[in-house]
Amino acid sequence: MNETKKIDVLFFIIRDVVAIGIALIVSLALIASVSKDPLGSLTYFLIGPVQTVSRIGYIVEKMIPLMFTGVGVSLMFRCKQVNMGSEGAFYLGGVICAAVAINVKLPIVVHPIVCMLAAGMVGALVCGATAVMHTKFHSLTIVTSLMINYICLYLGQYLIGNPLWDTSAGFKASFKYLETALLPKLFTQTNIHVGLFIAIAVVIGGHFLIERSTLGYRIRTVGSNSKFAAYSGINVNATIITCEMIGGFLAGLGGAVEQLGMYKRFEYSGLSGHGFDGVMIAVIAGNNPKYVPLAALFLAYVRVGAETMARMSDVPSEVVAIVQSIIIMFVVAERFLAGWKHKVIARQSLKQLNEGEVK
Amino acid sequence: MEDDTGYVLSMNNITKIYKDGFVANKGISFSVRKGDIHGLVGENGAGKSTLMKVLFGIEHPETGEIIYKGSPVSINSPLDALRLGIGMVHQHFKLVPSLTVAENMVFGIEPTRLGLFDYKEAVRLTRQVSEKFGLDVDPNMKVRDLYVGQKQRVEILKMLLRNVEVLILDEPTAVLTPQETQELFKQLLNLKKHGITIIFISHKLDEIKQICNRLTVLRNGCSINTVDVDSVSKQDISRMMIGRNAINSIVNNHSKPGSTLLTVNHLNYYNHFGKKVIDDISFSIRQREIIGVAGIEGNGQREISEMITGLDHIQNGSISIDNIPIDNKSVRDIREMHVSHISEDRMTYGASADESIADNIISDRFYKPGYSKAHILNRKYIVTNTDAIIKNFEIKCDDGAAAVRTLSGGNIQKVVAAREFSNDPAILIANQPTRGIDVGASELIRRKILKLRDEGAAILLISADIGELLEISDGIIVLCGGRIVAYFDDVDNLDENELGEYILGLKSQTSQQIARCCR
Repeated sequence: MNETKKIDVLFFIIRDVVAIGIALIVSLALIASVSKDPLGSLTYFLIGPVQTVSRIGYIVEKMIPLMFTGVGVSLMFRCKQVNMGSEGAFYLGGVICAAVAINVKLPIVVHPIVCMLAAGMVGALVCGATAVMHTKFHSLTIVTSLMINYICLYLGQYLIGNPLWDTSAGFKASFKYLETALLPKLFTQTNIHVGLFIAIAVVIGGHFLIERSTLGYRIRTVGSNSKFAAYSGINVNATIITCEMIGGFLAGLGGAVEQLGMYKRFEYSGLSGHGFDGVMIAVIAGNNPKYVPLAALFLAYVRVGAETMARMSDVPSEVVAIVQSIIIMFVVAERFLAGWKHKVIARQSLKQLNEGEVK
Repeated sequence: MEDDTGYVLSMNNITKIYKDGFVANKGISFSVRKGDIHGLVGENGAGKSTLMKVLFGIEHPETGEIIYKGSPVSINSPLDALRLGIGMVHQHFKLVPSLTVAENMVFGIEPTRLGLFDYKEAVRLTRQVSEKFGLDVDPNMKVRDLYVGQKQRVEILKMLLRNVEVLILDEPTAVLTPQETQELFKQLLNLKKHGITIIFISHKLDEIKQICNRLTVLRNGCSINTVDVDSVSKQDISRMMIGRNAINSIVNNHSKPGSTLLTVNHLNYYNHFGKKVIDDISFSIRQREIIGVAGIEGNGQREISEMITGLDHIQNGSISIDNIPIDNKSVRDIREMHVSHISEDRMTYGASADESIADNIISDRFYKPGYSKAHILNRKYIVTNTDAIIKNFEIKCDDGAAAVRTLSGGNIQKVVAAREFSNDPAILIANQPTRGIDVGASELIRRKILKLRDEGAAILLISADIGELLEISDGIIVLCGGRIVAYFDDVDNLDENELGEYILGLKSQTSQQIARCCR
């Protein structure tokens, strides 16, 4: 059986390399069709992100919010709940954070904490509502969570466009956040902020929760076989609701951290995409919080690479977007294939074992 | 054209292993003569349906070949089977209720005119085949308005319209009333006259005797015998069906039972089709006592075990554990009362295939002191415990971190048993504890059950394996049609053939005799 494990790991690595290789070849072909200097353009894409300090900083800045939603979605997916509400939770969390950052006067340190907790609780409500509807009324989680995203969006737009609207800003944005609420920057050349530490804490906490806590055990068991969980005496519905509330809390928290670390006022004109990116990251990380930073790094790197190529080469930004999607698609598909291959191996060994034993 | 032997169809050395490791068919060979009504009999789980699913292309076997009309064929899908002339009528009808008979008849082979569906032609085709075989249906009726027997007729006609020559009927009488059954038999004999070969799956001996000319008996995934029906008695068939393993190395030294622990009182249960599955069942089990439950599956066994363990609600009647009623108690409440449960459905309820052995073992106790503290799992304790359990139950694996799905069926069942037996059970509900697993694992589990009994547990042993019931039970109740039809307290002197007759509903005891199982 150890042999099987070795085959698995080897297969995993080979698949990864092959997938990225194929993705790059396809991308190169695509770039070659529009660029006079395809190799040069591709170079911008591949190593552009690490060529300057500000771009490296840019990668880390992009990673921070993705780690929150990535861990949150990973937890929910581990429980087999396809909740897409992180998107709405992230957005509305940001709005609530803005309201607190603008209107509540608090000392430094306390102020951002209160902002983040308020945002987290709203996020927990957003994703928790879906969970309650699923467990009580058997509504389809993916549908309700997508619909709830719209409720979050327009509720947020209403708040930003009415009580929080700073008409002097010149565009639709909120009043400026009070200085006490902002998260301090870590370095002078980049915008990397204290939120990085919170994100790292969330990753570690998420890993600990899922692997070491009794709640994590319940989540894993319900996710892998809910009937087995019920048979063992685990309260399946309570586990699902708790899990999704935590996922939503993390998304809301991420929304607040992003606002307080990167912005002076709330400027989003629509959903930001961080929640859906979280879904992608969870899939790439195999729903393991400990791999979320790697997956977030990958996604942030591809994004920054694409932006660098768009700015520095003659490749039109539309093609850049396509290349970016192709690469992400291959890596995600690679995960699917790995799961499938894994099952094949397991079945094979099971069969051998059985034939040996039955005879 | 058939080959020299007169066989229209032969299946040779068919082995089918399901992906959970269950060996449903073990090298089965099976031949059918042209124009016969060939009975395929055996208990539930004997492999009848699997074998026919292989023939109809729904399941793909690991080994074996199918010879049809003298030449080997490969059947990868039901479409292949139909093309060859092999049709199957499933136990659960595959008809669209909102469409008419004629529309259902031509599914997949719709006649067209000018590119559009030609309903008139569909009606004509239906009438034609209906008249040819003397099976009367109204092509314009909606299927939802038909009686069950009529729906079955439509299913059969559907196959005949596709010119099948071999017709597989999977327990066709299970859904029919006695009158409809006789009507079906008349129709089948008529089809036989037209040269159609019929494979008739059943475990009802009367029907086999009445309608079939040959029969093949399957047991435990093996083909036991193929005989002419006239050459055997019902008792002979019953013996072949439920026959007993030659191995009998376990000696059951009955203990002296203590006080009553589990009481089931006038229990009734209706399934969601409104059918009464459990009909006024009462029994009790004492400390140091194993009560075996014999009976064809689907006679209420599953419902009884799920109600006792809290997985299903008690609709009518009562169950008490140590004189405490358990209505409205959760699964965990009941488990906290030291009730253990081996589910008949190992991979759905008994285990989580993708999780580790350790995680499977702690599922009922992870929150208890030792296994966790302040909501944090104590890994060291869990690993030590799991290792001890793996050793005690002889589970073949690398270590407790191995995923359960990498184990063989027998070892998975050992994991389930290990969890349920290691939590100091006062009451054990063991539903098919050794189904589909190898002899060694079965024996280990049976010994452990006896040990639990001797340590004071009250045990309900539900099993399709009569040998197992006779081997380790202290008393046996027989379920038939959702009712208790017999109770035996002297298992050592109980004849398995006699037991078989009660199981198959040929005999039943008086209510006074049955009432002895409540104490």
